[in-house]
Amino acid sequence: MALLSITFFVTIVFDECINTSDDGTFYFDEKLVGGHEHQGSISTTSSVVRGVFAFAAVTSGKINLPGDKILGLAKFFLGIGIPGDAKDLFNQIESLALLESNRQVVFQEQHIVVKISIPLILSLPASVYSLSNKDQLKVRVNTVLGSAAPPLTVKLVRAFSTVAKDSAVIQNKDLKYDQNSGHHVLDVLPDKVDVGIYVFVFEMVLHDADGEKVYATGGQIHVPIYVTGIVKVSNAEIAVLDNDLGSIETQKTLDLAGNDIVSLSANHLQKFRFSFQLTTPRGHAFMPHQAFLKLKHETKYEHIFVVGNAGKKFEIVLDFLGLVEKFYYLSGRYDIELTVGDAVMENSFLRPLGHLELDLPEAPTSKAPRLPPLAVDPYTRYGPKAEITHLFRTPEKRPPTQLSLIFLSLTLLPLIGFLVGLLRLGVNLRNFPSSAAPATYAILFHLGIAAVLVLYVLFWLKLDLFTTLKTTALLGVFLLFVGHRILSHLATASAKLKSA
Amino acid sequence: MARSTSKDAQDLFRALWSAYSATPTNLKIIDLYVMYAVFTALIQVVYMALVGSFPFNSFLSGVLSCVGTAVLAVCLRIQVNKENKEFKDLAPERAFADFVLCNLVLHLVIMNFLG
Repeated sequence: MALLSITFFVTIVFDECINTSDDGTFYFDEKLVGGHEHQGSISTTSSVVRGVFAFAAVTSGKINLPGDKILGLAKFFLGIGIPGDAKDLFNQIESLALLESNRQVVFQEQHIVVKISIPLILSLPASVYSLSNKDQLKVRVNTVLGSAAPPLTVKLVRAFSTVAKDSAVIQNKDLKYDQNSGHHVLDVLPDKVDVGIYVFVFEMVLHDADGEKVYATGGQIHVPIYVTGIVKVSNAEIAVLDNDLGSIETQKTLDLAGNDIVSLSANHLQKFRFSFQLTTPRGHAFMPHQAFLKLKHETKYEHIFVVGNAGKKFEIVLDFLGLVEKFYYLSGRYDIELTVGDAVMENSFLRPLGHLELDLPEAPTSKAPRLPPLAVDPYTRYGPKAEITHLFRTPEKRPPTQLSLIFLSLTLLPLIGFLVGLLRLGVNLRNFPSSAAPATYAILFHLGIAAVLVLYVLFWLKLDLFTTLKTTALLGVFLLFVGHRILSHLATASAKLKSA
Repeated sequence: MARSTSKDAQDLFRALWSAYSATPTNLKIIDLYVMYAVFTALIQVVYMALVGSFPFNSFLSGVLSCVGTAVLAVCLRIQVNKENKEFKDLAPERAFADFVLCNLVLHLVIMNFLG
């Protein structure tokens, strides 16, 4: 009873909580906050797998798990690569080991009771096949850890090109099993298969009819295959045509397989025509991903043109009359290069074709063409820049020191003259007060003035205005007080003298 | 004619000088101070003419300090002169106090501008 309910619970878990991703893998996810994206799903999924297999080991009945879900779990563990975390690596390998073994298959009275299917993985050692090398299509079928599969046949149900999905180029072919290498091999690709990108659809058919219950094969498997080959380039022609009439001035054929180059000359009234043909190994027209013609001037200015096609023939016509401005009016020698490339083309090439001496008219001075800046060599772009030597402002010419000192002494002369004059006038200090209090005030008054003057000298030498103002204010208050006292004393003294 | 002109000039000069000698001593002191200031300014101007006015602010502050103090001295002289009826009621000590205060302010500005 308990086992039945657990069975039911397991089915519910697998139906409701499993996540699917686009490539057919199934996994379980944590819904916790802050869980990492994939790491959480590895440990969660491996916990589920461990639980299911442990349960299957003790139960006797069948667990209703569809084979594609088991295969999805196997693909999930195979598809995460090598996890960076040791714990995740252990979870991955343990889950794969559980999926690999067939301990869950029990023989009961000659019937096979399968509890959980064993997934079988189909893989291709290479997905690129070269027509020129005449490769063979090889397919391997293994269990998840690489053990041998039971006897089966791999069938190629159909193969179709990605550009023509409806029509199949191959249908219903069986691959032969090669005992030595363990591969299923398709001998030869039929002639209809040309270069291009295809999707091959495989299916595994087990030889043992009962095997369908034991193994999970996954139905039809789509595999993208690249078929490459050598594309033939032929009939290359370069011509310089006169405008309007289209009469050919020079025409040369070129063997693009070889190394020869051409040398042409043209002026702005003419046209340049270049054409070639591309053919696949099966003889069809081929449309490459890239077909460019590049003209590079000797000053390293390049112009790239796309070569258009009509069927097999690729052709480009450059009318120089319209391109004069695009070429920035630069006359001179242009190197011509042709690039043809594609993923399925084994001989993609970039080939210099030769030179073209182009004569363009002079640029009109009124509309001087602004040449765009050329690509900078990346090694110099971020290198150190040229050093700038700063030119400091040249200091003004000062007079020689001696001259300045002479004039300093000359400036002091009038002071001496003043003092001499004072003496001659008979200056005296008779009015200096003799009694104590006014005398002190008189002395303080003179000291105060001297202090302010000394402060001014200090201000010139090193102080700043604010401290000077502060100190001047203080001294000024002191001086006002003292000065008032002495001057009022003198005033009253002289008034007394006048009245007396 | 020339002789009389020069003799007139000499007489004029002597008359001026004798008139000037009559002025009170304190006024003469102030006059002397003004002459001192003016001479100092003149020497500075001559120096500037010789070497160019590169630190112009210094030149200006030097000359203006002389001129400013001369002007203040002249104001003092006017106020102290007893023959000047307008300032009869002003005590000379008061005028002197004004002179000192204005000089201090002038020199503060001058020192700031000296650079």
